[in-house]
This record gives sequence, structure tokens and C-alpha cells, in this order.
Amino acid sequence: MTPPHRSEEALALARAEEVAPPSTLDGGPPTEPPRAEERSVRVEGAWHVLRRGLRESPELRAGLGFTVILALANAIGRLILPVLIGFTLDRGLLGPEGFRPGLVASACAVAAIVVAGVYVAGRAAYIRLVRASETALRNLRVRAFAHIHDLSIAEQTAEKRGAFVARVTADVDILGQFMEWGAISWITSGILMAGTAVLMFVYSWQLALLTLVIVAPIAFVMRVLQRGMLAAYERVRARIGETLSAVSESVMGAAVIRAYGLDRRVEVRLGGAIRRQYEAQMNANRYQATIFPIGDLFGAVATAAVVAVGVTFGADSGLTVGGLVAFLFLVAMFVDPLSELSETFDMTQSAIAGWRKVLGVLDLPVELVEPDPGRSVSAGPLSIRAEGVEFAYRDGGGPVLRGIDVEVPAGGHVAIVGETGCGKTTFAKLLCRLADPSSGRIVLGEVDLREISREARRRAVLMVPQDGFLFDTTIRENVRFGRAGAEDRDVEAAFASLDLDGWLGGLPEGLDTNAGERGEALSVGERQLVALARAQLASPECLILDEATSAVDPQTERIIAEALGRLSRGRTTLSIAHRLSTAESADSVLVFDRGKIVERGAHSELIERGGVYAALYRSWLGEVAEQVAS
Amino acid sequence: MFARGIRIIGSYIAQHPLPFGIAVGGAAVYAAATVGGTIVLGRVVDEVVVPGLDGEVSAGTIALGALAIVAVGLVRAGGIVTRRYFAGMTGARMQASLRTRVIQRYGELPLAYHRAHPTGELLAHAQADIDAATDVIHPLPYSTAVILLIVFAAVALVVTDPFLALIGCSILPMLALFNKVYVARVERPLSRAQERIGDLSAVAHESIDGALVVKTLGREAAEVARFAERADAIRDERMAAGRLRATFEPVFSAVPNLAVIVLLLVGSWRVSTGAITTGDLVQFVSLFLILAFPLRVIGFALSDLPRAVVGHERLEEVFEEPLTMAPAVEALGLPDGPLGVSVRSVSYSNGPHPVLRDLSLEVAPNETVAIVGPTGSGKSTLTELLVRLADPDLGSVRIGGVDLRHVDATRLREDVAVVFQDSFLFASSIRENIELETEASDRDVSRAARLAQADAFIRALPAGYDTVVGERGLTLSGGQRQRVALARALVRLPRVLILDDATSSVDPTIEAAILDGLRREVAATLIIVAYRVSTIALADRVLLLDGGRIVAEGRHEDLLASHPAYAAIVRADERGAA
Repeated sequence: MTPPHRSEEALALARAEEVAPPSTLDGGPPTEPPRAEERSVRVEGAWHVLRRGLRESPELRAGLGFTVILALANAIGRLILPVLIGFTLDRGLLGPEGFRPGLVASACAVAAIVVAGVYVAGRAAYIRLVRASETALRNLRVRAFAHIHDLSIAEQTAEKRGAFVARVTADVDILGQFMEWGAISWITSGILMAGTAVLMFVYSWQLALLTLVIVAPIAFVMRVLQRGMLAAYERVRARIGETLSAVSESVMGAAVIRAYGLDRRVEVRLGGAIRRQYEAQMNANRYQATIFPIGDLFGAVATAAVVAVGVTFGADSGLTVGGLVAFLFLVAMFVDPLSELSETFDMTQSAIAGWRKVLGVLDLPVELVEPDPGRSVSAGPLSIRAEGVEFAYRDGGGPVLRGIDVEVPAGGHVAIVGETGCGKTTFAKLLCRLADPSSGRIVLGEVDLREISREARRRAVLMVPQDGFLFDTTIRENVRFGRAGAEDRDVEAAFASLDLDGWLGGLPEGLDTNAGERGEALSVGERQLVALARAQLASPECLILDEATSAVDPQTERIIAEALGRLSRGRTTLSIAHRLSTAESADSVLVFDRGKIVERGAHSELIERGGVYAALYRSWLGEVAEQVAS
Repeated sequence: MFARGIRIIGSYIAQHPLPFGIAVGGAAVYAAATVGGTIVLGRVVDEVVVPGLDGEVSAGTIALGALAIVAVGLVRAGGIVTRRYFAGMTGARMQASLRTRVIQRYGELPLAYHRAHPTGELLAHAQADIDAATDVIHPLPYSTAVILLIVFAAVALVVTDPFLALIGCSILPMLALFNKVYVARVERPLSRAQERIGDLSAVAHESIDGALVVKTLGREAAEVARFAERADAIRDERMAAGRLRATFEPVFSAVPNLAVIVLLLVGSWRVSTGAITTGDLVQFVSLFLILAFPLRVIGFALSDLPRAVVGHERLEEVFEEPLTMAPAVEALGLPDGPLGVSVRSVSYSNGPHPVLRDLSLEVAPNETVAIVGPTGSGKSTLTELLVRLADPDLGSVRIGGVDLRHVDATRLREDVAVVFQDSFLFASSIRENIELETEASDRDVSRAARLAQADAFIRALPAGYDTVVGERGLTLSGGQRQRVALARALVRLPRVLILDDATSSVDPTIEAAILDGLRREVAATLIIVAYRVSTIALADRVLLLDGGRIVAEGRHEDLLASHPAYAAIVRADERGAA
């Protein structure tokens, strides 16, 4: 991301270039070229996104109006100069009456007033346009974010989550840059060029045509070079990525590299990556270097042609010295914005692509529609039942769950075991309506889960996810999230009732210990303990426990197991079991395999039956038991 | 800061003086040609335009005038191309050489350095810090051009008409002043806005990553409110910046415009008195407009300097980090046959914290020993010393009777293999990950994989052994990764194999099969750091490590009976699992 002062600088440079005289100045860092995917946005698509975006953000319509005012003011402020120069030369200096100081002075005074007026109008318009676009961006951001939280998360993967974050941050930021620079640049440059062209025709239509003919190829040459430059930058980006991943491999794999003596391999890979990055940079550099003076060069040719043709044939068509000099300044003004527009073009593509992605988020259907008004569920212990539940992901890949019929009686405890990917976590998510089954239904206390109001459902069912995600705040606040309006003593009571006081006392700052980003200041096991306390505070009737698979040190493991036991006491509990103790203590066990229940029954029955579970159990515990016995 | 920055820039340029020099040369040509262009324009007005429209100029003179305009344009373009190309080259070369240096340094530094610094920080040195340190170089030739432009233009003004030059000198420098004030003021809301963007991004990350928790706790509305608050803050800061921009930006076009208006007023009088020509006046207008730009950007010239200094200092830290591991002095090989391992009175500390204290142990050739101990007892450090990822502060580690400090690194790696709990896989195929720089045949690879109980699942993968894993490839589960990492060690037929909790994520059934296979088919001295009873019980002997020393050793059953601390550790694991 470009830091603000950089883009500010770019903006400043771009603006400063606008006041550049007959000879174009170069300068200003190039805008970040868009990626391939973004370039694939076709113009028709772009119009669609633009219309759609304006519909979503009505504030921008007002912004557009202010931008036009700004552009008109800007064009007037700039075109007044060549007119004044021409006028002064022809009427005030070289006319038949010679030097007319009074006339020159009044002309200059008028021009000065116009310049001052333009300043005032431009300032007012700009302030309003920024307000409009910033408000639009803010609203778009918040709406997209709210929408993301409304989406079903059963299907969210880490990549999708990363993409969502990008939608409400980077994509909106690019859009913001575009609105405050690119979009303005289109409109100001367009209006300025149009005004310049009109004025050129007023001075001499022949010279105006000549200029247009000479200058026209710029657009073409620029586009070709720009495309080449984009492709070159894409290669640079890819090479930078390669260097980065080579470096990151050497850093993350440092222990393995040393232990296996792989230094040569690393050296070769990195050396190659660095060299290729340099070559790609130099290739892009060639475009960078040549693309800049193109406009300048065409401007010089057009100026020369206008002088030659104007002087040779101008007198016959009544062209004056002042007119021709004014025309020369106009030629430069006309050429100037072309190179800037060419850059803006690419920025526009990135912005449109970003915009499309943000709008795409708003287009994602909210699959889980909350009932209105929803039903409530009876107080007291609740049963949960799955009836013929099937589930398949929207993006295909076949059913993940098939024909699941399960009943957990009120206050009962059912454990699910099965290999990774057998669908047990998905099933758990269906039980607390993080997604709806593709067919079949979930019934909570005799009411279809889809008919229960959001609030009632949340009071009744709580899932304790296995990743133990915590917010970057104190343990106290994290637990408080379990129940809105909980007092400090409620939080303390939650820990106490799970017998976690001792553990809490061992933390440097007790309840005020910060959990860190994602809770990573705490160990995996400690995070789970906090999540359990949070669940205890929430005190749902039904508890869905998704146990962690990751290794936890034995001491913490023991504390977790005890806290889990206390938490689930008296609640209808369904556990995704990774601990044997959990399966053993459950009333009944379900064995999932590839989305189906292949065995069910009490732990002891299943052991006797000698099926999948028994085998699993033997391998799970067998050797441990054997060793302890011997 | 400034002097230091200049010194740093100087030292960088000194490494690549030629491209930098050429770039500066290009900048000078550009500045001269730009000012030259206005002079040509003035002359053309006087010699061609004014007399020409009266029909008093020959076609040759007209052509000459046109040619001069084009020629000056070409020279200017040439200057730009030269400057930009060679400035780019200077920057790219600097980055490449700094990057090579940083990475070489990473390779030389001890593993402890890598452990002490987060990955992100090490990556930042090799990327962001290098960019920061060198970004200041690229615009330098351009800054030179800007300064020369101002100087040349001022000279041209004074030479042509000191009187009119005075107008320029009294009005135009205001631009630089305005710009200074503007940049200083707009910087504040803009950098605050950037911080707010960081806040917003953190909230978005946290909230979306934790969507499951947010949803299960019903905190959506609270999260949206939290996000909206950050979005409001960004909007407010950016609107504040917008107001400043609205006030200042138009000044930068209004001031030169006003200067030109005054110039025309006074200039036409000067023309009428014959002090200057019409062409001179046109040249002046042109120069005034040209000057507006460099006067504005001159403030940017070294604005990246503080960033460069910070970046450079971060890199210096890497370069100055002391190297603690000396290469082997005598570069001996290890003796033939099974190898015993012996650790003699080893102490090792991590900074001020002692990790191992006067620790000694002996492992007989082809013996299997388990090392057990609570978290933080020094087990992992011990394994690192056993494969010479670090040298002990005191005492020695010997394999086959040879002090590791005297063993040739390559030969040590051939005979002693370690598998870590955190099994790192390279972003390449599984086959390459296993064979890694050995000459193992496909058969060797699959044999090793079979022993590691990885063969079956690898074959079931979409492309079998050619399946690409890691960063851009397939993500394996923790247990699968550990099995591939184990195969990587086994394919090398090590005579000493050290497993540092290397099967912790493997399913217990599979783990049992692995250990069984190792015992039956691998002739190696085996040192296993483990938690699981099933693993520990396989060992001939168990060493209990606590507080950096061996506190007990013996057979599993004996320790279980005699040593309560040992029983506590092992039982804790049982209860967890059972």
C-alpha cells in the first residue's frame, strides 16, 4: 500500500503538472499499475459497475456535480492566461495604437478577479466533493462489513475470510484514491481539453485541426507503451513474490535447512530469485523511462508545426501575433493531460475492479433468513434432533452430510467421533444454525430451528469452537462477550464454577491479562479455557463442543477436561470428541464416516460390537492401557 | 538525522557510482534543455512569428525555427529517458546487493537468532527495510534536475531582464513557502487517517477471522458498530485533509497565474519602452510557469530521508549481529558403524536464562532412549545441541566419540538426522521434500515414506508423490506433514535419529505403527523426545529432564514406580488421552 504522503505527493505532482507551461515537465511517481485480473475488466463491464455503484452510493451523484463545478472553475482559471496573453499582445502592445497601458491594466485586473473567483469556487466545490465521496466510502465500507457478518459462515475458509477483509479495507481504499484523484482527473482533464480545443478552433480552425491530427497518435502510442509497462510490472510483481517466498522459505525452514545442510539449495534459489527480480525491474524500467517524454515530444512537434504553418499561411486567414502565441500555449495545455489521463486509465481499471469486488460482496445472498417474528423455545432443558439431514456446499463437491438422524434428549450427552473431514464439524454448525441443511431439518425442543428467533436460538444453543479464537482485549472482556451486560462478579463466578480460579491466579494479571491478537498471547489450551468460561457465562441450554485436535501440554489438558465436565453438567451436550474421555463419558457415541453415521450406541455397546469404534478405541487407548497394566 | 542520512545515501551511491552518475548527467541535460526550450520559444517569436506574419521571413528561417523547437524537445526527452533509466538501475542494483547481503547474513547467523526474532521481522528486513533504505535514491537525480532547473531559469531571467526577474523572484518563492506549510499541515490528518486505516484493518481482520465466535455469541451488531466507529474516524481525518487540500491546492495554480498577470502588466510596458522584445516577454511567461512546478516539489527532495535512515539502521542491526557458531576446526568425519552419543557436562543459556545446567548423558550405539520432561525443561535445546544447531556454552557433545565442533558439517548432516515437532515442508513436490539434496531413488523415497506410514496417504493424493505442498500447494494436515518430515529423515539412512516430539500430531494408531517399524527396520541410535506413554514405553531407557538437567533415568516401569514426578507427567498425558 502506498503510504499517504506518497499518494499525497503524487497528487501534488499531478496537480502541479497542470500548471505546466508549453514545455511539459515530467515528474511524479507512476500510479501502481493494476493486476492482470483487474485489467480484464472490459469497458462495458466498467459502465455497469459505475451505474451500479452510483445506485448503491447516492452520495456520489452530488459529488459528481461538485466535481464538474470544480473542473469548470479549473478550466476557466487556466484558459484565461493564453487569452490574456493574446489580448495583451494584439490590442495592448502590437496594435495600431501601440502600447495602451489603460487597456492592459484593466484586462489584467479582470483576469486577476477571474483567478480569485476561480479559487473561491474551486475551494468550495472541492470541500463538498470530498465530503460526498468520503461519506459514500464510509457507508459502503460499513454496509459491506455488516453484510459479511450476515453471511452464513459454514462455507467460509481462511482464503475467503482474507478476501473479505481485503474488500472492506484495501479495495475501498483504492476506490477512495480513485474518487479523490482519478475520477476528478478524468473530469477536469476532459473539460479542460474540451475547453482548450474550443478555444483553439476560435483562434484558428486550421491550426486546431493540424494540432489534433499531430497529437492524436499519442493516445495510441501511450496505450501500447502503457500495456507493455503493465505487463512488465506484473512480471516484477510476480518476481518480487518469488523472492519473498524464497526468503520466507529460508527463514521459516531455518532449522530444517541447517539440520539437513541445505544451504546450497537456499543460496541457489535465492540468488536466482534476486537476479530474476532485478532483470524484471530493469525491463519495466525501460518502459518507465520511455513513456514519460512521449507527450512532451509530440507537444514539441505540434508546436513546431503550428509555428511553421501559422507563420506561412496564418496572415491570410487573419491570424495575429497574439493569436499565434496564445495558440502555442494552448497546444501545451491540450497535450499535457493526455499522459496523465493515460495513467489515470489504469488507476481507473484497478478502482473499478475493486469496486466490483466490493459490490460483489453486497450481492452475495444472505442464505440464512431469520424468521420474523421468530418463535421462542420453552424454558428448561431442551432436546436437539436432526431429521434426515443432508448438507452440500453451494460451490459443489457433493454432499458432505447424508441421512443424518440424531436425537440428543434434554440433558443428554452425545459424542461424535470420526476422522478429519468426515463432516462432524459441519454437522455441529448446522445444530446452531450457522448454516441450514440442504434437506431435512434440525429440531430444537420440538421447534424447527429455522422458525426460532435469533435471540431465542442464541440463548438456547451455544457452540464452543475448537480454535479458541479470542478478541484482542483482556480475558475479562472476552468472557463478558458471553452475555451482554454481565458484571465483573458474573465473570469471576463463571471461572469459579469451572474451578479455574487456580489457573487464573497463575496468570500475570489474572482477569486483566491481555489475550493478544486472536488470543495468541495465550497458549492454545489457555484460549480454550477462556472460551469455556465464556460459554459458562452464556449458560445455554444446549452446548455444542467442538474439541481441539491440537496438542496441549498435559497439565492444561487435565484442567480443560475437568472444566469441560463441569460446563456440560446439566446441559444437553453434543461433543465433537477428540478426547477419548469425552466419548467414554457420553450417553451415546456416533461414529461419522464420509458424511454418514456408520455406528451408534453407548460406548460399552460399541466396544462389545467390535466394529469401527472398537477398533478406533483399541488403537486410541490400547497401548496406553497395555503399558500401564504391565 | 540529516547528516547521517546523507552519509548513508553517499555510501549507497558509492557502491553503484556509474549508473547514478549517468542519471544525474541526464538530469542536467534535461534541466538545460527545458530552460533552453523557453529561450528558443522567445527567439522564434521574435525572429519568426512577429516578422513572419508580416510576410518578412524566408521559408528557410521558418523551417529553422521549427527545427530548433523539435531539436530542443528531443534533447529534453533524451535527458528524461537517460535519467529515469539509470536512476531505476541504481535503485534496483542497490536493492539486489542489499538483499543478497541480508540473506547471506541470515544463513551465517545461529539458529537462536531466528528463534529470537519473529518471521515477519526477518522478512521485513529483506523486503520493506531494503525498500525504505533505497527508495530515497531513485528520486535523487530528479531532485538534482529540479534544483538545476531553478538555477538555470533564474539565470535566464536575470540575464534577459533583471527588472522583470525581480517580479518572479518576489512572487514565485511564495509557492515553496506555501507548500512547506501545506505539507506540514496536511501531513497530520493524513498520517492520522493512515493510523485509523490500520485500526480499521485490525478490527476487520479480527472480526472476520473470528466470525464463528462473533456469530455464536450474537455480537454482529456490536462488531458492526465497532467497525463503523473506525470508518467514521477515517472519514473525519480524510475530510480534514480534504479541507486543507481545498484551501491550498488551488493556491498552487492561482499564484503563478497571478504572477503571470503582473508580468504581463509590467512586461508590456517594458516592451513598449524597448527594454525587452515581445519574444522576451513570451519567454518570461513560459519560465514563470515552468518555475512554479520545481518550486513546489523541491520540498519533496529528501522527504524520504528519515525513512531511509530507519530502514538502514534496521539492516545494520542484522549486519552487526554477532556470529556465534564457528565452522568446524578440523572437519573430521564420524567413525564407521553404529554411533553412540555422549553429552558431557553441558551448560547452555539463552541470554541470561540458563536452559541446560551441567547436563551429562550417554546413549549407547543403536540404543533407543526417550527423553521426557515438563514444558520448558530444555528438551528441545538439548536436541539442537545434539545436531549442532548450537554449540554448548560449556562442556561438549560427542557422537561416535568425536566432539561435534570438530566434525565436518556436511558429514554430520549425512549421519545424524533430526525431525522437529514443527515439520516445515518446502513449497515443492512431496518427492522433493523427502529426497532433498540426496541422491535417493524413487524406491528409496517410497521405502522411507512407508516406514513413516506416509506412503499410503501420499499415493492417495491427486498427483501422488508429485503433489506440490506448502505455500501454493496442497495443505496437509499436521500429522501428515510430520510423517513426510519423518520420511525425509529416514531416506538419509541416518545412523543417529533424533525425534523431537516429531509425531505429536500423528494419530496414535499410526504413531504406534511408525515406532514399531522404526524398531524393526532401522538400525540407528534413536533419541525420542515425547509426551505419549505409548511412545515412551518403546524406549530401552527413559531420561527424565527437569530444570535443565537429568533428574532420573531408567526403564519406564521402574521410573513409574519410583519417581512420583515422572508418574505425574506421564499420568497427566494418560488422563488427557484416555
